[in-house]
Amino acid sequence: MTLLDRPTDLAEVQTLDQRGHERDEIIAIRGATRVFGHGPERVVALDRIDLTVRRGEMVSLLGASGCGKSTLLNILAGLDRPATGTANVLGRVALMFQESALFPWLTVRGNIETALRLRGVARKDRRPQAMSLLESVRLEDFGERRPHELSGGMRQRAALARALAQNAEVLLMDEPFGALDAITREVLHAELERQWIDHDLTVVFVTHDVREAVRLGDRVVLLSSRPGRVEADFSVTLPRPRRIDDAAVNELVNHITAELHREVRRHAND
Amino acid sequence: MTDLRDTPPSLDRDALDAEIAGLDALGFPATGHVSFLRRSWNSSWPKLAALGFAIGGWYLVVWSGWQKKFVLPWPHTVWSRLWQDVANGKIPDAFAITMHRAVVGYAIACALGLVIGVSFSRWRVLRVALGSFITGLQTMPSIAWFPLAILLFQKSEGAITFVVVLGATPSIANGVINGSDQVPPLLLRAGNVLGARGLQLYRTVTMPASLPSILGGLKQGWAFAWRSLMAGELLVIVPRVFSVGARLQNARDLSDVPDLQANMIVILAIGIFVDALFFGSAQRFIRRRWGLVDPAA
Ligand SMILES: Nc1ncnc2c1ncn2[C@@H]1O[C@H](COP(=O)(O)OP(=O)(O)O)[C@@H](O)[C@H]1O
Ligand SMILES: [Mg+2]
Repeated sequence: MTLLDRPTDLAEVQTLDQRGHERDEIIAIRGATRVFGHGPERVVALDRIDLTVRRGEMVSLLGASGCGKSTLLNILAGLDRPATGTANVLGRVALMFQESALFPWLTVRGNIETALRLRGVARKDRRPQAMSLLESVRLEDFGERRPHELSGGMRQRAALARALAQNAEVLLMDEPFGALDAITREVLHAELERQWIDHDLTVVFVTHDVREAVRLGDRVVLLSSRPGRVEADFSVTLPRPRRIDDAAVNELVNHITAELHREVRRHAND
Repeated sequence: MTDLRDTPPSLDRDALDAEIAGLDALGFPATGHVSFLRRSWNSSWPKLAALGFAIGGWYLVVWSGWQKKFVLPWPHTVWSRLWQDVANGKIPDAFAITMHRAVVGYAIACALGLVIGVSFSRWRVLRVALGSFITGLQTMPSIAWFPLAILLFQKSEGAITFVVVLGATPSIANGVINGSDQVPPLLLRAGNVLGARGLQLYRTVTMPASLPSILGGLKQGWAFAWRSLMAGELLVIVPRVFSVGARLQNARDLSDVPDLQANMIVILAIGIFVDALFFGSAQRFIRRRWGLVDPAA
């Protein structure tokens, strides 16, 4: 069974691209540095990071573990601040984690209604809005369940619905599908793509999986470790819908992986 | 750069829906359901068996002639005395007096404990200054408070309530404090991202996340309150108030052993009943709701 339709015609995309207008910047990070600890235990998690994301883009943030990806997302989500430099997001932000982080004492619907309540939605409007959000992630029959009664993929979809309930323009995702099996992951890639289109989102998707980064991103931003810097910024012009095993995806994956290996070898000479 | 948002990719939405539905059907964890009767039988027969063994053991000890029947009577003698005093209203009256004291003291302790617990978990300074003092209070045997309580309140209801409150409050406060310490940081971050700050974060995340621990504190607080109350009723006999403790003390003074043991059974029964039926089932309910137990178990 094919998940998605035939790839969109490449030529068509390119003509549209030529006509393409500049989209405005929604995320602007300039010279952001973040250091943890002091003395010999000092870790430079982020070192003078520059990164801009345009409205509507899907950006994959790729890097080995410990290179500062979560730190960067926390800063964008307003949970942390850079020591020097600036990080501005011009829009409401939602953040998803590797674990759903749903509140276990509430039903799935209760979780979504909590997000609506904290956003200031009137009490009487919360229930219908929660139901339509649940419908948009195909969980309308599971609203009265508790998070621990759902499978991992369902929990991440519920978390996605909760993020959508924040009416955010920017969705930050920190390895959101890292704990899922391969097939569930592929389905959720398509689901994320659908929500991205339907809700006109800007997505920053953190992953350490090159293939996943290429599958999803308009751009793949490669972060280096120790200190965390932007190493490379690939633009992915492959047409959507993509499949994770497309030949073109494969080619780019190999290219980026080779780049990664070069970067790792460079560390050997440090 | 290609901007694909201007050419909406043609997702096959129906195929995607079908795959999602399939995965959900496969991945949905099954929950084994055990009937209510079966469940209550499973949990009650070991208790009934244990009770049977205890009574059997009691018969054996009496039958062995280790003590005179006058000091250690047969269980059925005690049982008929218990029924007699239940029927003539003495035990129900004593029960009403004692439970009234317990409820008043425990309610005050709950209010104080919750206020102290919430303030301590919201203000670090208080915590650092007085946290270990609260834990210290918890280890203080309540009976050690009575000399002071009697000096302050004479032999009155006030003295008993004072000690019951002092006995139960630290446990309840500690339950609240420990609960707020153990909230998973991920949930706090999630609450933060959803826009909850300060008191709202406390109400939305910290409070419900610590409910299992708060309930543990309430349960322990009840145990301390009940012990303090019994110590109090034996020590502080308010004239003409025939509480369960006072009747126990009176039976000892008159060497009326069946009466003495009947009152002991009442004390034990109240303790077990409140602990198991009230706190036990509340805890089981919360643990299930919070996903802290295997749903199939
Ligand atoms: N709160 C913290 N205290 C000390 N060190 C931290 C803290 N958070 C992250 N780090 C360090 O900063 C580096 C980057 O961490 P993180 O952003 O979590 O990486 P990633 O998400 O890419 O795996 C790591 O070396 C980690 O040990
Ligand atoms: Mg991380």
